Amino acid sequence: MAHPTTTLPQEAASLSQPPSKMDIIFNKSFRSLTYAFTWAMVLLLAAIVIKIGIKAIPAIERHGLAFLTTTTWDVNSQHFGILPEIWGTLYSSLLALILGGFFGITIAIFLTQDFLPHRVEVVLKSIIELLAAIPSVVYGLWGIFVLIPLIRPLADFLHTHLGWLPWFSTSLSGPGMFPAALVLSIMILPTIAAISQDAFRAIPHKTKEAAFGMGTTRWEAILKVMLPAASGGIFGALVLGLGRALGETMALAMLVGNSNQISLSVFAPANTLASLLALNFPEAAEYEVSVLMYAACILLLITLLVNIAGTAIIAMTGSGAKK
Amino acid sequence: MRTKTLCLSLITFLLFASSSQSALATQGSHLRKKADVLGAGATFPAPLYKRWLKQFAQRSPGFTLDYDAVGSGEGTRRFLADQVDFGASDAALSDEQMAQVQRGVQLIPATAGIIVLAYNIPDLEGQLRLSREVYTDIFLGKIRYWNDPRIQMINPSLTLPAMSIVTVTRSDSSGTTWAFTNHLNAITALWHEAGYGVQKKVDWPGFSMAANYNEGVATKISHSWGTIGYMEYGVAKKAGLRMAALENRAGRYITPQDSSGTITLSNNAKALPSNLRLFLPDPAGPDSYPITTYSWLLLYKHYAEPLQAGRVKQFVRWGLTEGQKVSAEYGYAPLPQQIIKASLRALDGVR
Repeated sequence: MAHPTTTLPQEAASLSQPPSKMDIIFNKSFRSLTYAFTWAMVLLLAAIVIKIGIKAIPAIERHGLAFLTTTTWDVNSQHFGILPEIWGTLYSSLLALILGGFFGITIAIFLTQDFLPHRVEVVLKSIIELLAAIPSVVYGLWGIFVLIPLIRPLADFLHTHLGWLPWFSTSLSGPGMFPAALVLSIMILPTIAAISQDAFRAIPHKTKEAAFGMGTTRWEAILKVMLPAASGGIFGALVLGLGRALGETMALAMLVGNSNQISLSVFAPANTLASLLALNFPEAAEYEVSVLMYAACILLLITLLVNIAGTAIIAMTGSGAKK
Repeated sequence: MRTKTLCLSLITFLLFASSSQSALATQGSHLRKKADVLGAGATFPAPLYKRWLKQFAQRSPGFTLDYDAVGSGEGTRRFLADQVDFGASDAALSDEQMAQVQRGVQLIPATAGIIVLAYNIPDLEGQLRLSREVYTDIFLGKIRYWNDPRIQMINPSLTLPAMSIVTVTRSDSSGTTWAFTNHLNAITALWHEAGYGVQKKVDWPGFSMAANYNEGVATKISHSWGTIGYMEYGVAKKAGLRMAALENRAGRYITPQDSSGTITLSNNAKALPSNLRLFLPDPAGPDSYPITTYSWLLLYKHYAEPLQAGRVKQFVRWGLTEGQKVSAEYGYAPLPQQIIKASLRALDGVR
């Protein structure tokens, strides 16, 4: 016991020592490393955008804005337009967002509002997050061989009885907008569910207690207090989900039907920007590559706009998870 | 501090850029070394050519061969760019393309096939028949339902469903598409009036799903209802798809069969020109199947090394003689004797 007491003054001195040269070098190099990697990420993104942009220039010069409003994709006459693909991208993403958003938010409510014992909640949460680990191509195959035969009776029923509505005006042949949107909604479900859960968990416990104290029922507390309180975070979840839906490629290329048509019918085949790129790149000639790059720019732009709009809306509402 | 970080990031970026470039370069040189004799082109006859390669290799000729089934469009591009020893195309080569090759081109009809319209209408009993106007209008998107009166009229015994028609077409540049549009263009003015021509790739009107390669089209038809698409006969047969009987020039409905191709070719063999480029957009003969096409091997008239010329000739000669015996197995039409003789004669001119 006597030994430590004798060394104590020395130790105290070492504690207050100025940093050694090694420390300083280590700190500085670590600092510059973090800077470098952060900026490398930014530069990488910039490099991708610039590279795509430069390759797209011939097509942008030649087609201009008409590219966005015309519907032909003809390599022979070199007429290119991506209106059907823009339409398909937005339509499929929106349908997926409605379906996936509804289920995602309800799942988040179910898993955070004390409906289940805590342990079961954790298990269910992990299972739902596992959905995100399934490769896109597996979703595509599952869609073709399981989902499409499964929804055929429903689609036939809707087409026969409600065929006068523009949404059901064609019969479902197989690949088409509806199965694509359905699979897409499952793919964005984990994102929406996970972030919405975080938004609900971020609400201070006292908020709910106060609501119950006011004499609300559980239903009222969830719908009128918790949901509005978490709305900012939920909105962020929806925006992220939409961003994922807009760019999803493989499953959609397999399921959407790759048809260069604009149709309101959810059973008709359609096309999206990402699957257009995937399908046409392998053997695009030099100029077509430029056109495809232009299409890629548009897709980037749409995604960017969605994200900006989402951030702006979250900032404006400024409630929920942020508090 | 700031300049240091900038330098670092720049180095990282340059590293990325250079590594991707060198990867591309090695890929290019790899392309030539894959085999002693390298071919590329049409997917339409690809199953047959692959079989030929395999069987030919068993005779141990002392060199290796490989064939990339990349489609007629890409195969033609590689042939013109001198990246392969022989090409293959269902659309042969145009006069302008042939003029681009300084050492000359020899087209060799190596096999032939028929293009069928395969369909998937569940629970439809009996043989569907399609007249020339009807299938043109289906692919033009003008006939949109299977129970359209015009289809019903030529199929009085069938109960056709009120199902939307979805055509399945090729997304890649394809000789099959070329042969099919060449046929449509020949049989009706409607095709031309609608603004289409003879093309390897078409922006199809109507509800049209695009798929890669013959096999992709077959797969898409087999799991989608109400679909109809064009493909090589052997592929449709292998996929177990139903095929429509089509109206020929003589006004008779011909159901595609193993023998359809050879019958049609024999009926029209006399028309073969000296450059061996014979298209049959609308073959004559009462029992001819309406969409029949040759598939050509593209050879150079002069090879840089006599050894290489010998190798290519050895393979093609074998394909034209022994190889014809297996073509029926894959749904292709064995060439009639007159055509084989003309091809062998042309092969002698290759050096």
